[in-house]
Amino acid sequence: MAPAETVTVAMVAGALRVSTPFLFVSLGECLTERSGRINLGNEGVLVLGAMVGYATSYQTGNPWLGVVSAALAGALLGAAHGGICSLARVNDVAMGIAIMLAGTGIAFFFGKPYVQPSAPQLPRIPLGFWAIESQVRSALEVSPLFFIGLAAAFAMDWFFRATRMGLRVRIVGDSADAARALGLSIHRVRLLATAAGSALAGIGGSFLSLSYPGSWNEGLSSGQGLMAVALVVFARWNPVHCVIAALIFGASGALGPSLQTIGITKGYYLFYGTPYVVTLLILAVTIRPGKALRGMPGELSIGR
Amino acid sequence: MTPAVSVEAVGITKRFGAFTALSDISLRVRPASVHALLGENGAGKSTLVKCLLGYYRADEGSFLIDGREETIARPADADRLGLGMVYQHFTLVPSMTVAENLVMSRATVPAVIDWRRERAELESFMAQMPFRVPLGADVGGLAAGERQKTEILKQLYLQRRLLVLDEPTSVLTPQEAEEMLTLVRGLAHSGSITVCIITHKLKEVARFADEVTVLRRGRAVGGGAARDLAAPELTAMMIGEPQAPATLERRGGAAKEERLLVRHLRTEGDAGRPGLDIAHLAVHPREIVGVAGVSGNGQKELAEVLGGQRAPAGGEVIVAGESYAATRAQAQARGVRVLPEEPLRNGCVPRMSVTDNLNLRSFDRDDQGRPRAWLDARAMAERARRMIASYGVRAPSREAPIGVLSGGNVQRCVLARELDGEVGLLIVANPCFGLDVKAVAEVRARIMAARNAGTAVLLISEDLDEILELADRIVVMHAGTIVHETPAAGADAQAIGAYMLGSH
Repeated sequence: MAPAETVTVAMVAGALRVSTPFLFVSLGECLTERSGRINLGNEGVLVLGAMVGYATSYQTGNPWLGVVSAALAGALLGAAHGGICSLARVNDVAMGIAIMLAGTGIAFFFGKPYVQPSAPQLPRIPLGFWAIESQVRSALEVSPLFFIGLAAAFAMDWFFRATRMGLRVRIVGDSADAARALGLSIHRVRLLATAAGSALAGIGGSFLSLSYPGSWNEGLSSGQGLMAVALVVFARWNPVHCVIAALIFGASGALGPSLQTIGITKGYYLFYGTPYVVTLLILAVTIRPGKALRGMPGELSIGR
Repeated sequence: MTPAVSVEAVGITKRFGAFTALSDISLRVRPASVHALLGENGAGKSTLVKCLLGYYRADEGSFLIDGREETIARPADADRLGLGMVYQHFTLVPSMTVAENLVMSRATVPAVIDWRRERAELESFMAQMPFRVPLGADVGGLAAGERQKTEILKQLYLQRRLLVLDEPTSVLTPQEAEEMLTLVRGLAHSGSITVCIITHKLKEVARFADEVTVLRRGRAVGGGAARDLAAPELTAMMIGEPQAPATLERRGGAAKEERLLVRHLRTEGDAGRPGLDIAHLAVHPREIVGVAGVSGNGQKELAEVLGGQRAPAGGEVIVAGESYAATRAQAQARGVRVLPEEPLRNGCVPRMSVTDNLNLRSFDRDDQGRPRAWLDARAMAERARRMIASYGVRAPSREAPIGVLSGGNVQRCVLARELDGEVGLLIVANPCFGLDVKAVAEVRARIMAARNAGTAVLLISEDLDEILELADRIVVMHAGTIVHETPAAGADAQAIGAYMLGSH
């Protein structure tokens, strides 16, 4: 294969793999933010989900049980965030950072024994069975979690449009006054949205340890949980747009490794930095002072 | 049975701690009529209807709905009885469509909403209504009048039998207000609903109400058939003393040279709204130029640019012949003062003391206008004392944080500060929002006095009556531009209203 093709294939493969955790965390963050609350703790949820998923898979031998337990761990941590933020005079940004540190701390503490052993991994769907080149075939081995995330994005879009719960989340997120006038419990809706959002982030974490890179160590997440916050802004709080945003982030994250496959080793650490540069650029381009962001939930604390 | 209900309040008393908000109020609202509750801010109108709608629990007395005594302990009880209210501050969700807002307002919503069926039902409901709003439009994009109509449609959709309107016309143009009140009266007289309007506008009572009850300091002080009561009588009941309508004395005419000149001023648009694009706007000394317009047509942006809260994207602002960028030094040198809307938010530091807030314009200058590094606490206290005395500010103490003062007193403080000393140019935005009749008269007299003393005044107001009363010249803003200009003498409110709506 020509170098250009090799890089393209590697980037497509990378986009499909690297985007999955972005997709889950950003969907979770999207759900939480649409209810009018920010959860910066999803970085901690991601790491905790990775650890819990890996440990469960190792102990039970079933990686899917790992995914489920990662979601449960995420929901618990999210519920803690949601519950504490319901108290008077608690700032959700500060609390989110505390949850982030707590989540990673818990994961590192309980995760120590699982750094060495190898746990059963999630299966992959060989979409490249038709190809002759082995590179293409391995590139198109896609995790079923990617498709579950895709389905979750469209389901969430439908949820916001056509279900009672979804509309309630939007009401609470956009106008607390209207929510009160309709007799909705703002705290309850936000608590549930935060817990459910963090469950999704937890699944994103289990992908890291059970599919790609596919092991558990303390340097597993490199800020994906925080970048997801920027990604949601870029996606204008629209779950379907989150898919596109996650793919762009995934592809930019895959740039470094793809260049390595064709032997460009000089300064590839610079290319590893692409997602962070993309994050900065997106924030710089989309957030301008003095302007309200279109699609931003009215109750979000960064908007007030 | 007609859908419209009768409502009777018997001996309603409501206390908040030691403060009696309502004492022994009795009144009867006949079915299918329009009943006005008239009174100043703080007279207890809102408290009374909140008791009726279950937001508060009355301490004594009871409500009779269609002659039957009903316990209304919660808003849900009012819902069940078919009592509904349109709030002054809209309770629609801006990011949702009209259809979504209507469906979600119902007491029971299915877990999964079948939008095709709901839309068909909403459309057939809408077809029976005397007025319509687009079902698919986002509420945030609707004009204030349309939003108000949506609120009323929502109440009708919920099959209310009594509708309470809280200051319904405060955000509407004269045309919108006229149209909306005519529609509501039509609905009432057709027997489909009973209407109760909370208002402090006498004109509305005279034009649209069948009966009126006047509240003052928590007591029902009078009332009767609206056509039997003349405006002076009602005013006397409202404020408790006969009051000669103060006509403001206007002395002298505008000077030749421009004190404020705005040319080709542009700002960036925001969230789908166009920015400012003002080709020419001038204000002369001894002149009040009134800027009329429906809320959200660029008045706020104009006030922000002139007050230094927003950077223009192009064009120039000239004050007293020189370019003006709203820096503190320029504002002090040329006497540019601003009475912003929501003064507590835009013109005060809420947690700083009354004294400090009264000195915000001048604390960094000495008597000769030279910059000073050390504050002169004694001079600041003296200045604050003088302002508090001459403007009749009621504050617990001069050292109390200004945030604890009532809206009227904050307004007096900011006005005192902004009118202190030599004022070349005064920018005023909605100076009388939420003030009672006496305070309104006082604020308007102060503005007129400043004009007579030679200040150029730019009065930005959503209250057209205020502009007609104060201004020498009127400009109308629509979608960020000035669409009309006319001398105030002999100006036609209807024509101005048409320009405000952009339909001229």
